Amino acid sequence: MASEIFVVAYDGADRGVVDYAAKRAKASGAAICLVHVLQWSPYSFLTPEELEERKMRRRQELDRASGALVDPLVAELKGAGLEVESEIRFGSPTAVILDVAGDKGACQIFVGRSGKSGLENKIFGSVTLGLAQAATIPTVIVP
Amino acid sequence: MRVFGRLFSFLILMLALAGPALAQEAEEGGGNTASIDAWMNSVVGPVTSPFVSFIFASIPGTELPWIVLWLITAAAIFTVYFGFVQFRMVPHAIQLVRGRYTSPDAAGEVTHFQALATAVSGTVGLGNIAGVAVAVSVGGPGATFWMILSGLLGMASKFTECTLGVKYRTEYPDGRVSGGPMHYLKKGMAEIGHTTFGKVLAVCFAVCCVLASWGGGNMFQANQAHSQLVVITGGDASFLADRGWITGLVMAVVVFLVIVGGIKSIARVTEKLVPFMGILYLAAALIVIFANIDQIGAAFAEIFEGAFTGLGVAGGLIGALIQGLRRATFSNEAGIGSAAIAHSAVQTKHPVTEGFVSMLEPFIDTVIICTATALVITISGVLQQDPATGLYVWDEAAGQIATTNNLSGVELTSAAFGTRITWFPYVLALAVVLFAFSTMISWSYYGVKAWCFLFGDNYTSELIYKLLFCLFVVLGAAVSLGAVLDFSDASLFAMGIFNIIGLYFLAPIVKREMTSYIAKLRGGEIPKFPKGAGATSPAE
Repeated sequence: MASEIFVVAYDGADRGVVDYAAKRAKASGAAICLVHVLQWSPYSFLTPEELEERKMRRRQELDRASGALVDPLVAELKGAGLEVESEIRFGSPTAVILDVAGDKGACQIFVGRSGKSGLENKIFGSVTLGLAQAATIPTVIVP
Repeated sequence: MRVFGRLFSFLILMLALAGPALAQEAEEGGGNTASIDAWMNSVVGPVTSPFVSFIFASIPGTELPWIVLWLITAAAIFTVYFGFVQFRMVPHAIQLVRGRYTSPDAAGEVTHFQALATAVSGTVGLGNIAGVAVAVSVGGPGATFWMILSGLLGMASKFTECTLGVKYRTEYPDGRVSGGPMHYLKKGMAEIGHTTFGKVLAVCFAVCCVLASWGGGNMFQANQAHSQLVVITGGDASFLADRGWITGLVMAVVVFLVIVGGIKSIARVTEKLVPFMGILYLAAALIVIFANIDQIGAAFAEIFEGAFTGLGVAGGLIGALIQGLRRATFSNEAGIGSAAIAHSAVQTKHPVTEGFVSMLEPFIDTVIICTATALVITISGVLQQDPATGLYVWDEAAGQIATTNNLSGVELTSAAFGTRITWFPYVLALAVVLFAFSTMISWSYYGVKAWCFLFGDNYTSELIYKLLFCLFVVLGAAVSLGAVLDFSDASLFAMGIFNIIGLYFLAPIVKREMTSYIAKLRGGEIPKFPKGAGATSPAE
């Protein structure tokens, strides 16, 4: 059992942050918790048809996230000798990542700097900046 | 990619609005299209009139249509039977909507807020704008009182049907969730030993639901959207005057793209704009009301006096009562069963919770929005009063209170807002088109569910329904208000006949659910979540 846990925010595309966190984890003997967040708001507006299909789509989204993104990566990191677990959750990314970090008693958060397009970030705010502002534990921003 | 999708859908919407103007340039010089409208009127009127006269037949010896009494009696009975649930449980309903009782484990599922928002988008529509204008101009301001009463009582009917909608919904193996009166009439009635009777009720309901989806959920919407477009493009001089088929055709194309073409982004844009428009509408109403703040006392006095005396309006008390109840029911659809379809997909362990939440729907729709419209019309002075007696001037030919330029329906509401905010009719036109569109999308869904219940759940049968639906958009925009309004009212109210029979049988089941839930709630057995579902949630 590793003494320390690193939470790694993984958006499904940013390998850089995962590789960097893996290197640090190996060096310090920490465990990794990969967090993948499916953007979702309980206050969004849906059509009646979308309401009907919501449960089905949720299941599909979870399957796709774990099957195509998270599970292969976890297997790969485990293969490299790391202690790894993963979380896939629905919600607002920043809030979810902070919550997982709290639940796991993590000592550090790793997050990438890239991600959504500049314009979208300007309007909605980015996860990276949100974490930098709200995190209560040291947060590493990997360029 | 998504950005492009949104942009595209926005362009389509703009095109839908600008389309008539473009057509105007293309067809400068005009064609003889008025005759098409007249022909459609002569065909649609006679076909629908026997059905309409049956539904609105008066109780012998009175002027009260039996169907109005049927709905309001049911609402009153449910109010008493459930111990005034609509007053006791509203604070809890608000907490449910805020997600205080939604487990974080359910993130990604349909929330109480989402089910309510979709249902409200389906009901807030032209009933709130055009229907109220009809009620107030025919029944006098007193109709407002009966509208509010009907809204408050209707909350109990809504509670009953939406609880059942969730309890007896069908969850398919692939994860889709579908419910509504067809399901609870069939399954619920079978559970209490009335299998055949339940099936008959379900089939009759489905037939009426299909008709209503073409009438009130479609033709009426298209019709009023068209007349609002005519008003802002120049009234009788407008190119669109007497050319309803053009507006109808443009709207039908957009509806076709969404429901047949599956271009969901258009629907999504509308779903997002509708709440915004609703808030804007309410804000404008408040501006008009506050600008005439000195008259507010008089307006309320007129509403209360008119409710019991009729204030000299033809039809008097009964006229105000009938118009108020009829238009309120048309607007909030309580007891009709439609809302139970939209509410049934919510994620909850206790069906009764969605019943509580659904009570907010008639409240928002009728008690707040309809009342705001009625106050604006009353205060604005568009209804002509005799300066000597203070009584309203009755226009015998139009069958309503005399108005400037003989306006009725949505045009009257538009003029009322225009007295204070001169540019508001343009915003209202956009709101009307959007409300009409979102109501059509909701009703096409209700209709297709009922249609598939009758004719089988397959692609061909769905497609036939959807094509017919688009055809009715064109028809609705083309025929005059009278024929459309009567048919759309009649088909909608007919749903209430079968739905409410079922509700009487199934009410004890709802009561058991309610009693046990409230006991658990009081005993602290219902877990509460400080953060609500929005913050976070572990996956399955």
